[in-house]
Amino acid sequence: MTSVITVPPSLDDHSFEQVVEQLAAVPADAKVIVDARHTRWASPFGLTALLTLGQTRSERPSFTAPDNEDTSSYWARTGFFRHAEELFDLHGSVPKARGGESTVLLEITPVVKSEDVHEVVGRIQQKAQQILSKELNIDAKATVGFAMTLSEVCQNIVEHAGRGGWVAVQTYTWRKRLGRRVVVIAVCDAGCGFRESLESAPGRVRSDRWDDAEALEEAVVRGVSRFRDPGRGQGLAGVRRYVGRWDGKVSVRSGRARIAIVPSWDDDVPLQEKLAPFPGSQVQVTIPERVAGGPR
Amino acid sequence: MMMHIDVSSVLRQTVSCELYSNLVTRPTGAAVRTQIEALLADSRERSLTVIDFSHVGMIDFSCADEVIAKLLLRYASAERTDREAYFLFRGVTDDHWDAIETVLERHSLALVLETDDGARVVGMVDDGERVAWEKVYELGRTGPADLASALGGQESDAEAVLDALHRRRLVMRTDEGYIAVGGIGIRHD
Repeated sequence: MTSVITVPPSLDDHSFEQVVEQLAAVPADAKVIVDARHTRWASPFGLTALLTLGQTRSERPSFTAPDNEDTSSYWARTGFFRHAEELFDLHGSVPKARGGESTVLLEITPVVKSEDVHEVVGRIQQKAQQILSKELNIDAKATVGFAMTLSEVCQNIVEHAGRGGWVAVQTYTWRKRLGRRVVVIAVCDAGCGFRESLESAPGRVRSDRWDDAEALEEAVVRGVSRFRDPGRGQGLAGVRRYVGRWDGKVSVRSGRARIAIVPSWDDDVPLQEKLAPFPGSQVQVTIPERVAGGPR
Repeated sequence: MMMHIDVSSVLRQTVSCELYSNLVTRPTGAAVRTQIEALLADSRERSLTVIDFSHVGMIDFSCADEVIAKLLLRYASAERTDREAYFLFRGVTDDHWDAIETVLERHSLALVLETDDGARVVGMVDDGERVAWEKVYELGRTGPADLASALGGQESDAEAVLDALHRRRLVMRTDEGYIAVGGIGIRHD
């Protein structure tokens, strides 16, 4: 039996839950059609998360591209279809990718090994400086921290996921919550997730409450790593510090939980539990345009 | 014995692409440190090595932990009695500092940075150690009595702080007294 998974009209880290909830009702080996015909917009999180969805299915899924030409064309320019065709049987109108999309800071890029992180960081640096200082009014010095943040979240895939994932970086105006321009990093994988990663630590004693939510709290808030090396766990701590300095936001979804470091401009829930299950880890970092009186 | 290690050259020998100038990822950091350790392997029982970041674009936390923290933990430590290795860090800019400062704090480490106007000690040092290090740097070669006199304190206190700085490999101990890392005989103008 084939199940149809409907992609919402606007796909971001929140509305992706609708996709996950539909998937939860479908056996892992069942054939699915991911139907994005009526989708008009997707964040970098939405696009990279859709690719990880493709990774999770044992039966090769189908994907129906957006009907809207602008949407489809934009997705092509982000590199989405180029990667999707390796995971899905594509249907509908799939345009050929053309370059020149100025809001795509980093098109969707696979992250499998350490060299991929070098590549990603190398490609982002020059463009990031221009975007951060000219469009987001953020000190050019923030560029290095931005590249470090990107490096550390990508490394989570290489070091912990156990399988490859994707990264994308994009700027857009976030009208709904902020009314300002933002730059967003999305890094998604369908690997082992935070809980399983921490469970693999030798001699680890689990608490009674031990679940995805506690694993996320340990890793993201307390900087715990599966490695005993005391130098481990600094990456996400550094990401948190950078995000805090620039009044940004970081959210991490893994398994059945999602944690967010929420700035004053957002009303997201800090910790969500008992979500529909989804493999791996999905990270989003959002840095907003600086306004007068904001962090420097 | 003094040695100069250009970290960007080591990086290029370590990663497959010649164009990479960023110290990112833990495996890269571990590989770079291993290469540095190989270069240090032939050094004598007391050595000073300039670790030069001048041509490194950026460094992330994981790489800083592997290259700097682990290098200091292995060599710049009193536990290691067979060989006294001292390090002076050159070419460190604001672009590198965030990651380096973070790992120094994490491991309670300190190091000596070469700056435009000399050298300074950075990282986790208390006020007494900092003041003493700066005075040793200013005086050149000095002993506990001279330091005590310069700081207006007790010789026993000066001896203790010099010993602490030496154990952290921030000053070198010679037969004639103590020399701050980055002090005399270090400049490469």
